[in-house]
Amino acid sequence: MSIDLKTIKHISKLARISVDEQRAKKLAGDLNSIFDFIEKLNELKTDNVEPLTSIAETTLKLRSDEVKSKNIREQIIKNSPQDNEDYFVVPKVIE
Amino acid sequence: MSDITKQSLTELVENIKNKKLSSTDVTKAFIDRSEKSEELNAYITNDFTSAIDKAKKFDQKPNLDLKLPGIPLAVKDLFCTKNIKTTAGSKILNNFVPTYESTVTENIWNEGAILLGKLNCDEFAMGSSNETSFFGNVQNPIDKNLVPGGSSGGSASAVAGQLSPITIGTDTGGSIRQPASFTGIVGLKPTYGSCSRYGIVAFASSLDQAGPMAQNVKDCALLHEVISSYDPKDSTSIDFKRNHFSKELTNNIKGKKIGIPKEYRVDGMPKEIEDLWQKGIQYIKDCGAETIDISLPNTSYALPTYYIVAPAEASSNLARYDGVKYGFRAKGENLIDMYEKTRSEGFGAEVQRRIMIGTYVLSSGYYDAYYLKAQKVRKLIKNDFDEAYKKVDAILTPSTPSSAFKIGEKTNDPVSMYLNDIFTVPVNLAGLPGISIPAGHDLNGYPLGLQIIGKAFDEQNILNIAYAMEEKINFKNKITDWWIK
Repeated sequence: MSIDLKTIKHISKLARISVDEQRAKKLAGDLNSIFDFIEKLNELKTDNVEPLTSIAETTLKLRSDEVKSKNIREQIIKNSPQDNEDYFVVPKVIE
Repeated sequence: MSDITKQSLTELVENIKNKKLSSTDVTKAFIDRSEKSEELNAYITNDFTSAIDKAKKFDQKPNLDLKLPGIPLAVKDLFCTKNIKTTAGSKILNNFVPTYESTVTENIWNEGAILLGKLNCDEFAMGSSNETSFFGNVQNPIDKNLVPGGSSGGSASAVAGQLSPITIGTDTGGSIRQPASFTGIVGLKPTYGSCSRYGIVAFASSLDQAGPMAQNVKDCALLHEVISSYDPKDSTSIDFKRNHFSKELTNNIKGKKIGIPKEYRVDGMPKEIEDLWQKGIQYIKDCGAETIDISLPNTSYALPTYYIVAPAEASSNLARYDGVKYGFRAKGENLIDMYEKTRSEGFGAEVQRRIMIGTYVLSSGYYDAYYLKAQKVRKLIKNDFDEAYKKVDAILTPSTPSSAFKIGEKTNDPVSMYLNDIFTVPVNLAGLPGISIPAGHDLNGYPLGLQIIGKAFDEQNILNIAYAMEEKINFKNKITDWWIK
């Protein structure tokens, strides 16, 4: 199995991480050696195995739908790189 | 003053309760030593000034019924601390100041402890050497050229170097036990669901657990008792009656059955690790317990499984770092460009690598081949343990396949770095508790650890086994204070 530069570009797009040519080549090398290592799993037959989807064998607890934190807008906005006190501010998206 | 930092947590608690020491004495001593220890780079952020204020306040009206009365301690910088910068070792969070507190740290402060500062770690806890931190690598108090392990490298360095009497780390694939082993201290990774994940910067949510790192088993038991609690704010927190681990601690392990899994004897494992393991088996027998050869047949599939599951969960957890709600933002020509540049400049190389792996295995057309396959193998690994625990009470293995390696030795080869966690990763995949205790030295005098793996929620049992073995091993860490001028 081999991950080529085109695939790296595609994944980086999905992951929203820009990578330049040099970085893409490095990532392709790294990912190929990691996936060579991961391919070992193909040795195992798992057709009749149930996937483990949750390690804690309990059913999720229900809770009543109550508002617990009120008027915390300031706290929520506090760490944003750019805001106008009421909203997060992002680059213009509508022309 | 220097004597104070040599004391264990248990001794410090006793001395404060007997009024032989004040919280201010203790806090000042650890701050003094931490200030002289900058070269270790164990701290990312210190909170020394307010720590002294809190200690003085404690001393004015000491509540000596608390479990950690006026005890100063630093924590891994992965725990959100209200109004104190929390970076997760990343540039992307380097200006993040949480407006809330993690449940485990809250539990610690409620028992009277005082925050000294936030400790260095691999970026988003992704690493085995603390070299992926945006804030630089951490040095191992054992030797200047050695990594302290990771991801809780700053935590391990701080406890081994006596900058903090005890600490908490997090463990997703070995991040408490491997650094504990590399620095000659004790580290416990609790059962999944035992400690709340609320307020811990998320890496891989089905694997992450917080746990104590300490100079000895008793201290470890005491801190675990404080941090383990049911928390409705974490939907995977489990509601069960928790032990008074330190009170119930006993070195009587007569008749216990300890499994020795043959699959942990891996190719190329140094002879000193095999010798250490054999010594461990002898200690177990000396304590009146019995060892039984067992098989965990799918052990060699654990790391490949982990390197699908953990990056997959990480890629979705780390989607939140988009330069909008908090943290670093890069300038972009439009919204998408801003996202892409922010994440490219804000995440380090290892984190990007893992996000890419995770994105790939979850992407259309590959999900069944990788993620679903890994979930199935994870089930097989868990079944191995379930089967073994029909015959034994706990399992003994080495903690790591080698002693601490040199700074820079493995940075260019991700797979060789990943192989470090070969003995610790299966425990996270199966959600079990595991403890690493220092058990000997290699030829260079570097510490080596043994791991005891327990049944789910059987922390008391592995703490007891560790406690009994600790007495027999009588380990002395070789710390020369080389970094103190």
